[in-house]
Amino acid sequence: MDEMKEIVLEYIVDEYLDEDEGDEVSYDSPLISSGIVDSFSMVSLKRFLESKYRITLPDEEATPEAFDTVNSICRLVQKHLG
Amino acid sequence: MSNIGSYEKRVEDFSWDTAREILNWKEGELLNIGAICSDRICRMGRGDKPALIWEGFGDRRSVYTFEDLRAYSNGFARFLKDLGIQPGDRVCIFMDKIPSLYFSFLGILKMGAIAQPLFSAFGDESLEVRLASAGTKAILTTSKHVKKVRKVRERLPELKTVVVVEGNPDRVREDEVFFDVEAGPRVDTFEVYPSGPETPSVLHYTSGTTGQPKGALHVHNSVWGQALTASWVLDLRDDDVYWCTADPGWVTGTSYGIIGPWSLGITQCVLDSGFTTSRWYRFIQDNRVTVWYSAPTAIRALMKDGDEVVRNYDLSSLRHLASVGEPLNPEAVIWSGEVFGLKFHDTFWQTETGAMMICNYPGMEIKPGSMGKPFPGIEATVLDLATHEPLQDPGKVGLIAFRPGWPSMFREYWKKPDVYRSKFVGAPDDAMPEELRTGGDLWYVSGDRASIDADGYFWFVGRDDDVINTGGHLVGPFEIESALVEHEAIAEAAAVGKPDEVNMEVVKAFVTLKPGYEPSDELELDIMNFIRKRLSPLAMPQEIEYRDRLPKTRSGKIVRRYLKALEWGEEVGDLSTLSDE
Repeated sequence: MDEMKEIVLEYIVDEYLDEDEGDEVSYDSPLISSGIVDSFSMVSLKRFLESKYRITLPDEEATPEAFDTVNSICRLVQKHLG
Repeated sequence: MSNIGSYEKRVEDFSWDTAREILNWKEGELLNIGAICSDRICRMGRGDKPALIWEGFGDRRSVYTFEDLRAYSNGFARFLKDLGIQPGDRVCIFMDKIPSLYFSFLGILKMGAIAQPLFSAFGDESLEVRLASAGTKAILTTSKHVKKVRKVRERLPELKTVVVVEGNPDRVREDEVFFDVEAGPRVDTFEVYPSGPETPSVLHYTSGTTGQPKGALHVHNSVWGQALTASWVLDLRDDDVYWCTADPGWVTGTSYGIIGPWSLGITQCVLDSGFTTSRWYRFIQDNRVTVWYSAPTAIRALMKDGDEVVRNYDLSSLRHLASVGEPLNPEAVIWSGEVFGLKFHDTFWQTETGAMMICNYPGMEIKPGSMGKPFPGIEATVLDLATHEPLQDPGKVGLIAFRPGWPSMFREYWKKPDVYRSKFVGAPDDAMPEELRTGGDLWYVSGDRASIDADGYFWFVGRDDDVINTGGHLVGPFEIESALVEHEAIAEAAAVGKPDEVNMEVVKAFVTLKPGYEPSDELELDIMNFIRKRLSPLAMPQEIEYRDRLPKTRSGKIVRRYLKALEWGEEVGDLSTLSDE
């Protein structure tokens, strides 16, 4: 789980933040409610998770709440990894 | 009793002078939107009234009175003037929905310049195209977004000044200026630019099927349309707390998130944080919002989260709901009636129209799924697709068109007179913009299709072109395709709208790859992120389909309509002109 958190956080920092903002985000930082990731961009984040972990995340579970922190994202991915 | 009262009677007795009466306007007063929305309200003795209740992420909250609005907009006006900005210069506002966005918008208008608001989620390429087109002289932005400006600045010779209005002043570069209007001394007096009805005010960029986005130019006279529709359609009253969820990077956010409500002296609130259902409901509850103007996309997203969550909040303050951006589906109207006890009133208008044109009015029967009826004083029709004659038969589908001349109508597409002329049916080839605006026998064609039923209600059918309406925002396929072929792997590309439950449409791209590249999930994700960063999250394809070749006409033009028809499960039409190659 810790390795997954690192991978997801790194992806978010690389794709959604500028180089000098990376230090400001932790596993518990709000992503959707803070505006770092918007609802349209959630689609590419979801695609990354599905591709990386070879899972399918149902749309009804890929909610803004479920995607709001690295921790909550990893819980969702973990559930579908079984 | 609603402000509009009887719709039929308003249609019968209509005069735009009613807007002046509602504002208690005296002949000879200065017609400047910046001053009307701030100084004038203070002069009427309402300076202590809250104008803006602002909440940001992390429960940050500020309340500003009309007196604050007056002083801070003066602050921006004085600052820009001292920088050498001239009346008529384009000044871009490129920031999130922070208070300085609202202060600077009014300040720009007060000193006679043209406000050019741009959606802060735009990537550097979208930003560059719009700044280059407008010949923008100055841009106001924040530490968060200035990096995108830096990437394109050297290619924009007309952009003389970059101002950072929020963030860390230590990170501002030598060729940039830091200005925090709230930190400096309050500017109590500023001599407002003596604008007239036809003085340019706001330049909003909008997308079309072909070419890059066009700048729709508005004038200070637009305030009459925005004030009267805010009163009659949104039903705004002195004791209301009003929430317009739109971003002022788009026209709804300026016409009804700034000008309409503040010209009437209404308190409005702004939530500058990402969308979550619980946060939105809590915002309504905590601020006792009474009138709520939102978008079908947001309403459908709320619907998706169910009825149960609504019961966790006290939303009893709400008394009127309206929506804009795309057709509001009947299910959403019925749902809002059930869970809020109030139905959303759909409104139809465009960047070019500047104000609401076809609406559902308080007190008028709503036919769920209908656009409603033309605003009093607006002559609207649907034109035959081939002959461009007004259709007489109820239910027949045609092009939505308006008789030119309403106050908030756009005055030109910035530096594109031919494109402007092409929007009018029956316009002589050499007609000047002024003639088009006042020509009694012309029709302005909106680019949307609809039918009119026997009761006079309009029913939206769809766009008449390839423009993609996603989440209530128009995205031009040409802009996306141009960016797609800049990706190292892509040879050719076509972008179309595909159906989406929440956003009505989302972007889908069809691409052919250059030799040496193979389709893969990783490549798809890379292309998505490439477009998201260059253009915007809205323009990012949510699906990419790899093809060996794209359908083309014999002259080599990619046929989007064929691809779109496949996505929508529609008849693909006559393919005889398509190339076999």
